[in-house]
Amino acid sequence: MSAAAAGVEARLPIRSDLDLVRVRQHVRQASATLGFGLVEQTKLVTAASELARNTLVYGGGGEVEATMVGDGRRAGLRLTFSDRGPGIPDLERALSDGYTSGVGLGLGLGGARRLVHEFAIDSTPGVGTTVTVTSWTARAPRPRGGF
Amino acid sequence: MAEHETAARHRTPENPGSEVGAFLRRRREQLAQRWADEPLFRTVFTVARDEAVEAGRVVVDALAQVAGHGRVEDPADPGFTVVREQLSRMAAARARTGLTPSRVSTEVDALRVPADELLVAELPDASAEHVRACTTALTVLMGTLRLVVMETALSEGEALIDRQRLQLLEVATPVIRLWDGIVAVPLIGTLDSARSQVVMETLLESVVDQQARFAILDITGVPTVDSLVAQHLMKTVAAVRLMGAECVVSGIRPAIAQTIVHLGLDLGTVITRASLADALGYALRRLGADIVRAAPGGAQAR
Repeated sequence: MSAAAAGVEARLPIRSDLDLVRVRQHVRQASATLGFGLVEQTKLVTAASELARNTLVYGGGGEVEATMVGDGRRAGLRLTFSDRGPGIPDLERALSDGYTSGVGLGLGLGGARRLVHEFAIDSTPGVGTTVTVTSWTARAPRPRGGF
Repeated sequence: MAEHETAARHRTPENPGSEVGAFLRRRREQLAQRWADEPLFRTVFTVARDEAVEAGRVVVDALAQVAGHGRVEDPADPGFTVVREQLSRMAAARARTGLTPSRVSTEVDALRVPADELLVAELPDASAEHVRACTTALTVLMGTLRLVVMETALSEGEALIDRQRLQLLEVATPVIRLWDGIVAVPLIGTLDSARSQVVMETLLESVVDQQARFAILDITGVPTVDSLVAQHLMKTVAAVRLMGAECVVSGIRPAIAQTIVHLGLDLGTVITRASLADALGYALRRLGADIVRAAPGGAQAR
């Protein structure tokens, strides 16, 4: 990770439906700025939407930290969702499609994992859950504002 | 007289609240005149100074009543009821000119100064303790007024947001009759649970009203289709089907299509088309209608 490209860019609360809209808009804007293609933008925004909703519905609210990262060749956006909710007792099961402890389709966590390049989840029952996802641009970052 | 003054000098008021109340009633006119020159009143009642003075009198009366109840610290005192609407109108008028809530609050606080001066001028011979008790009661009372103004202003704002939210729900979900038996809903923006409920209701109603055989849900204007949005869409499709009509989802952009596949959503049971035009063409053909060009040479002309 190059020091120049790294740094905490934003920390957004996830407390209500309205915050989900803000998270989506922020991720869309940040990924567009970094030079993500439209498909990659949409995938990352959708993953962020799923994970932010999990944080809100199952984690009882929390926050997301958006960090711009770079490995010298390409730029990336890393999103860390954290809550202090009940935690996930069986991660294997939670990541499998069709399993839900609520009323959803059970695709959020597994689907989000397929929509991003890197996916890490850390959950301790009774303490909370942290999900970190990273996606990378296909090419070197384009200049700001360019198409 | 001398005896009375001596008594006043050494006495600590038993109830500073009611004493402040009595003071406000005595000085009602002077105070209303002074307040009419303060920004809060002066800038709201611009047409006639009399109006500002009259508004000031009403506020003084309310404060006197609250103080008389001995509840200078209670914003819920019934004495405030009569001025609540007027105060919220004044705060709203100030906010419209671009003032922040804290600036409005500061302007309300500015009303304390003339009241304080009048009160102290009335007690030249009273003991320091007495003066302090009275001014403290007045300060608390004016602080409560400040709180009441802020409270009403905030609840006004919340009511406005609620109203706009309701309006947006209705505005954003028009059902359009495209042809005999074909209705369409262009969805725009975020499809949350409340909006999808409204969409479903209005769509089902129009399926009945228009005796529609086909209902088209166009999601061109929906920026993100995640699993919850998809779930709402599938529920709407299922409900339309139960009404005996067929539902087509159109406006699925390439990026959305790829995302849906990666997400693992199975829309296999839903009829989808890339654009609203495709969906309309599909529905027309299924109804036995077809669009043909009027002139035989039309196809070459284009």
